[in-house]
Amino acid sequence: MADDVPNDVKEDVADIAPFDPTKKKKKKKVVIQDPADDSVEKVTEQTENLSVSDGLESTFSGLKKKKKKAVDTSSLNEESGEVGEDLDDHAGVDEEGEGTVPQSRFPWEGSDRDYEYEELLGRVFNILRENNPELAGDRRRTVMRPPQVLREGTKKTVFVNFMDLCKTMHRQPDHVMAFLLAELGTSGSLDGQQRLVVKGRFAPKNFEGILRRYINEYVICIGCKSPDTILSKENRLFFLRCEKCGSGRSVAPIKAGFVARVGRRTAGT
Amino acid sequence: MSELEVDVQIPTAFDPFAEANADDSGAGSKEYVHIRIQQRNGRKSLTTVQGLKKEYSYNKILKDLKKEFCCNGTVVQDPELGQVIQLQGDQRKNVSTFLVQAGIVKKEHIKIHGF
Repeated sequence: MADDVPNDVKEDVADIAPFDPTKKKKKKKVVIQDPADDSVEKVTEQTENLSVSDGLESTFSGLKKKKKKAVDTSSLNEESGEVGEDLDDHAGVDEEGEGTVPQSRFPWEGSDRDYEYEELLGRVFNILRENNPELAGDRRRTVMRPPQVLREGTKKTVFVNFMDLCKTMHRQPDHVMAFLLAELGTSGSLDGQQRLVVKGRFAPKNFEGILRRYINEYVICIGCKSPDTILSKENRLFFLRCEKCGSGRSVAPIKAGFVARVGRRTAGT
Repeated sequence: MSELEVDVQIPTAFDPFAEANADDSGAGSKEYVHIRIQQRNGRKSLTTVQGLKKEYSYNKILKDLKKEFCCNGTVVQDPELGQVIQLQGDQRKNVSTFLVQAGIVKKEHIKIHGF
């Protein structure tokens, strides 16, 4: 989700940049056509597959249907004489397993024994994962791009994709910047292109470590580990609210702590 | 309390409140000892130790730190944060292990900042 939006934006920008109206139109047409085709194809696919994407309960019923249909068609194609037997017999399970190609890896295949709970559970999850992975509970890892760092002169470091990272984390750049600067123990600011300029020499690895700590402390929800959270300020306290599970917690305010005096001293002190 | 609950409900020794209790004990947040690093010119750096308990004699700790790590250092008087130990060089790891081994601070109360 989060990745898709910026990509679209980028594409648009790329389209706009050359100022070529014909090209743009063409592309747009293509863009319009594609999803339609895709959706049609998807629909057909789903109807062929007897889709399992309606939720847990319907998955189960759909599964049964699928099985039966598969059996019917396959047996009809192969030997029409066996249809009656199959329907009568309970041993038709084996036939089903052979009829549908992707389901031929089950351990109960070829035997008459009862299904075990683990096996069925595994099967449900396999099907769920194939058809709609969102419901299977697999945690998709949020991927952060590595920080890009340039050196400006010898004493300053420029953090190029600072804004990008802030957007992927859904955090105010101010907040992230305050944390970064407090942790690095230096001063810095945003420049004209919204890059972060930090005083001192730092490697990308340093930024990465600090950002990791920032995410652990101010982004990730403790309960469900999802990064889909909102940081809000309520009467001087920062609260983190999770969008997935609805839990909330307070987070520590950013404090710079003691900063020693480095460098030349003025004559007064 | 918790033991009784464990006995009654769950055979495994999992205490659901262990985490919360641990958090509470550490959540005073004033007990944290912050160890920071600061860059100086060139490849030089400075380590600051802030938040040690007031009862300790800073000068004695500093003396041992200096002797242990073979570096110089001072105790700085800060108007807001009280006394802060400053050491030359990147001594963050050294300081934290030293403080833990000397039994001055518990490990979970040390926060190492910086990269």
